[in-house]
Amino acid sequence: MGEIVVEGRNITRDYHVGGTVFSAARVVHAVKGVSFAVERGKTLAIVGESGCGKSTLARIITLIDAQTGGELFLEGQKIDIRRNEMTPAIRRKVQIVFQNPYGSLNPRQKIGDVLMEPLLINTDKPASERRELAMEMLTKVGLGPEHFNRYPHMFSGGQRQRIAIARALMLKPSLLVLDEPVSALDLSVQAQVLNLLSDLQDEFQLTYVFISHDLAVVRYIADHVMVMYYGEAVEYGTRDNVFASPQHDYTKVLFAATPRADVDSIRARLAKKKAA
Amino acid sequence: MALLEIKNLVVEFQTASGPFRAVNGVSLAVSEREVLAIVGESGSGKSVSMLAVMGLLPWTARVTADTMSFAGRDLLKISPSERRKIIGKDIAMIFQEPMASLNPCFTVGFQIEETLRFHLGLDRAQRRARAIELLKAVGIPQPEERLSSFPHQMSGGQCQRVMIAIAIACNPKLLIADEPTTALDVTIQKQILDLLVGLQAKYGMGLIMITHNMGVVAETADRVIVQYKGRKMEEADVLSLFEAPKHPYTKMLLSALPENATGDRLPTMKGFVLDEASVPGAA
Repeated sequence: MGEIVVEGRNITRDYHVGGTVFSAARVVHAVKGVSFAVERGKTLAIVGESGCGKSTLARIITLIDAQTGGELFLEGQKIDIRRNEMTPAIRRKVQIVFQNPYGSLNPRQKIGDVLMEPLLINTDKPASERRELAMEMLTKVGLGPEHFNRYPHMFSGGQRQRIAIARALMLKPSLLVLDEPVSALDLSVQAQVLNLLSDLQDEFQLTYVFISHDLAVVRYIADHVMVMYYGEAVEYGTRDNVFASPQHDYTKVLFAATPRADVDSIRARLAKKKAA
Repeated sequence: MALLEIKNLVVEFQTASGPFRAVNGVSLAVSEREVLAIVGESGSGKSVSMLAVMGLLPWTARVTADTMSFAGRDLLKISPSERRKIIGKDIAMIFQEPMASLNPCFTVGFQIEETLRFHLGLDRAQRRARAIELLKAVGIPQPEERLSSFPHQMSGGQCQRVMIAIAIACNPKLLIADEPTTALDVTIQKQILDLLVGLQAKYGMGLIMITHNMGVVAETADRVIVQYKGRKMEEADVLSLFEAPKHPYTKMLLSALPENATGDRLPTMKGFVLDEASVPGAA
């Protein structure tokens, strides 16, 4: 077994909502005791419908939000963002890529500045070196040096997602959280971005936590799969196990609901229609 | 005879840098009791061609076609007031964002009854009875109470059901669904697709399903049109399209599906150049 990069033990997150003139205060249990561990260079996919707590879990892993209970370990070190002194060194280990490439880039910031900003804030590298690293990263994600001085509106959705990935990789994180990174993209562009993620994983030994609701994508990219339902992890295992023999009813419902694009299922559907 | 027939449709938008062709010579026909899927990536002109049929394009658009007829009526020559009598009654459309396409200021019941009042002229009691019947047909529990709900009090899936209820209110002959399930979870998507196909079979409607999702195509369509950059690339019945795609673009699109992945990398569109000679109907 390889080195564990990120581990969660019984993580919970409660939100207190209401308590105004209009509604009584109540507690929403967004994440209810979820445990997981991801080895270096592997991908954990978290699947579930909207409101199941998968993005809340992503925020906790990314150290944006604190868990209410449970323990989070990053490269063996216990992290609690409410207590620990959060050093830049810890923050640098985890980066996130968001779903909407149109909303996650500042429209008034040039791409070069987007990529150099993490270095400016977190390191004391001189400007010339920052520039060099940003150029290097641009070519790594399949863009070119000519894109350095352009603004986000000059790029397509797929290119913007490449920029968002490049920005996340500038500080050489060991863990990358991808929150629905390809949901907003066209099929052919989705294929390119998924390939890029695989290439980068091989090159930098990156660990991914990949959040998605698309089972076809998950089956393609994941090593381990966690299915969440109302804040609980109802299914957790290797990809092959989960897809071959789903145990929980919700997982079975999810699989049954996923549209199938293979010839046999089309034949079966047409035959059924004819009979009706 | 085809219900909707379009020949050589061209839609151009006036932009600062000259006219932009969003739809370039698309021909299609859909009959009663038929499910036609139009599939393509963003910018392929699949929505624009249907908006042209509905007459919902902004004034900057210039629509030309050799034929555009619905149930024997020429949609190109029809006056706007005549068109308004057809749109919403005989042709209805469902849009992608259910939350955004309902008016947040009015109750669900009001919005369903508005259609019934305008097109069918039913009285108050009849409208209410029909609205309850419609909400039942689209599978909303406790329809009597739901009539006085506002859109924000319902989930995305339920809003889409209300949209479908409005669309089928006047028993349309043709239903156009523009990405009806894109904003929904897979389990809800399944329910909505089953509902649409069920209603289509029950009422014998023609159904045009606009989507970018090959899975949705495979689950619903009888016949498929593949569009790319405003052109029609391929038209085939659903089985032959998935079994033996003819056009290179269709092949590429199907091989980019993650479920069809063979190696550890997906084939991509990189280097795909549209061969003009391969476009059907191109001179």
